[in-house]
Amino acid sequence: MAEKILTLVDHSEGRVRRIGWEALRLGQRLSGELGRPLVAVVIGKGARAAAEEVARKKLEEVWLVDHALLDPFTADSYSAALRQIIEADKPFAVLLGHTYQNIDYVSRVAEAVGSGYVTDAIDLRMEAGKMVVTKQAFRSKLNVEIGYEASPPYFVSLQAGAFSSDGLEEGGGAVVEKNVTLTPDLIRRKVLEVFEAVKGKVDLSKSEFIVAVGRGIGKAENLPIIEEFARVLGAQVGASRPVIDMEWLPRDRQIGSSGQTVAPRVYFAVGISGAIQHLVGMKNSGVIVAINRDANAPIFSVATYGIVGDLFEVVPALTELIKKEKGIA
Amino acid sequence: MKILACLKQVPEKDSRYEIRADGSWIRNEDLSFDASEPDEYGLEEALRLKEKQGGEVILLSIGPERVEKMIRKGLAMGADRAVLARVEGRRLDAHLTARVIAAVAKQEQADLVITGIQSDDIGLVQTGAVAAEMLGWPHVTLVMGVEVLEGGTLKVQREMENGWLENSEIPLPAVLAIQSGISQIRYASLKGIMAAKKKEVRKVSADELIAGDSARLAIGKVMFPPAGKKAEIVPGTPKEAAAALVDKLKREAKVL
Repeated sequence: MAEKILTLVDHSEGRVRRIGWEALRLGQRLSGELGRPLVAVVIGKGARAAAEEVARKKLEEVWLVDHALLDPFTADSYSAALRQIIEADKPFAVLLGHTYQNIDYVSRVAEAVGSGYVTDAIDLRMEAGKMVVTKQAFRSKLNVEIGYEASPPYFVSLQAGAFSSDGLEEGGGAVVEKNVTLTPDLIRRKVLEVFEAVKGKVDLSKSEFIVAVGRGIGKAENLPIIEEFARVLGAQVGASRPVIDMEWLPRDRQIGSSGQTVAPRVYFAVGISGAIQHLVGMKNSGVIVAINRDANAPIFSVATYGIVGDLFEVVPALTELIKKEKGIA
Repeated sequence: MKILACLKQVPEKDSRYEIRADGSWIRNEDLSFDASEPDEYGLEEALRLKEKQGGEVILLSIGPERVEKMIRKGLAMGADRAVLARVEGRRLDAHLTARVIAAVAKQEQADLVITGIQSDDIGLVQTGAVAAEMLGWPHVTLVMGVEVLEGGTLKVQREMENGWLENSEIPLPAVLAIQSGISQIRYASLKGIMAAKKKEVRKVSADELIAGDSARLAIGKVMFPPAGKKAEIVPGTPKEAAAALVDKLKREAKVL
């Protein structure tokens, strides 16, 4: 039988995550194109419920991997478990989401089984029987195509939203429990606690208007022009990661993959170049306005309207206009 | 504690790229190079650990001769000495890069290897963890905090998604892949810059360290991203553009 396509399905609280469905849909597509069986792998705590959800989709089987030592998550236990699954089966490809949890352990597995691993893919195709993966590079300014020198399995993680889950085919396959051998001495990372970074944090997801600020603001002392604009607009202030990392604004203002996901009616991206980590957190906003000096900034590819110019001139002009519009002093 | 801090050289942050005629790579000729920012966060964390615990920070860089300038900058920030694993005319994939790191970590008998979470060029987000696998050491990625506990283990904070964090304890030796934003990266002082000139840079051949091993990935092609849907650019001076934008938000988008 042909080597399989394995899709590692990410889940949380017993539910399949959107990125999990995206990976599964890509698995279905490749399975159809290459005539290879598709197997979904669901690992860890809460995996049973997620596995049953996955098992209703068109695939060969769902492999359920659960073990007392997989809770809490550690890179040690998960990499040992996944490695055992892959060594026993020698699949053709291993597809998964580019999630923080996968970042923490899957590269060890690829290394251990002699594979190449391309992360954060935005496109994927077959060429002469080998996989070729496209990913963003050089701070999202360029794309690169990467091929595999090592033989299968080809490991690839997918950027959230890059592969649509539309057209996910229904069907059904059996949930098969896969036994893995894990021992406590394997686990060198002792998890002490898991907690929310900021308590009582600002919930940006409920705002109708958001003014988000990026590295282009230059320094913390320049923030008042953004805050004044947000005030007259009745907007919340958000920020991209660099602004948070520089400690110009608190972490609960961060929008993007490691911050909040928002979709307000109107989103102003001011001095934000638009790295993918930011875009995933705001691209579903109603109207997006980008203000940036660099006409080539990726933010303009998701924006509805753009102004190419100096934010220190454009934003105060907008503030004055909105004041007049609303009759605010 | 002996810390090996890995620093990759990449094109400067605001570089404008051109692609070679055969599409195989960017044109390097007109570019300036600097340290990859995530690795600078790693170096900063290494220096902070040394300041608290004592020990030594050894900088490791892999690349051509031009990398030495960046190494001097890292030494000026406070690293004690450096290793330059020279490789000319080729780029190493993540697996071979990790091979060099693992080899130097053994040569130097490092207790801790620190990398940035990813590089600002290809960004494969795996080199640190792969080196840990080669060394048989534990690792943590997306590290947002490090503390040395009594008894010599590390307490490490890892960033999870949606604003969650995990604290864990790992034994040494270990590898940490530092998340950007863990702290503020220091500038080199004048005194540091002067001192850096005299610090040792040991040069080794990367080719010798990876002998017998081979790459697992190969970059086939570099491209500009396809021009997707583009924003409607509102033209004019800042005042004109602002006025036209407000008008569009009112009349077209009907959101004001």
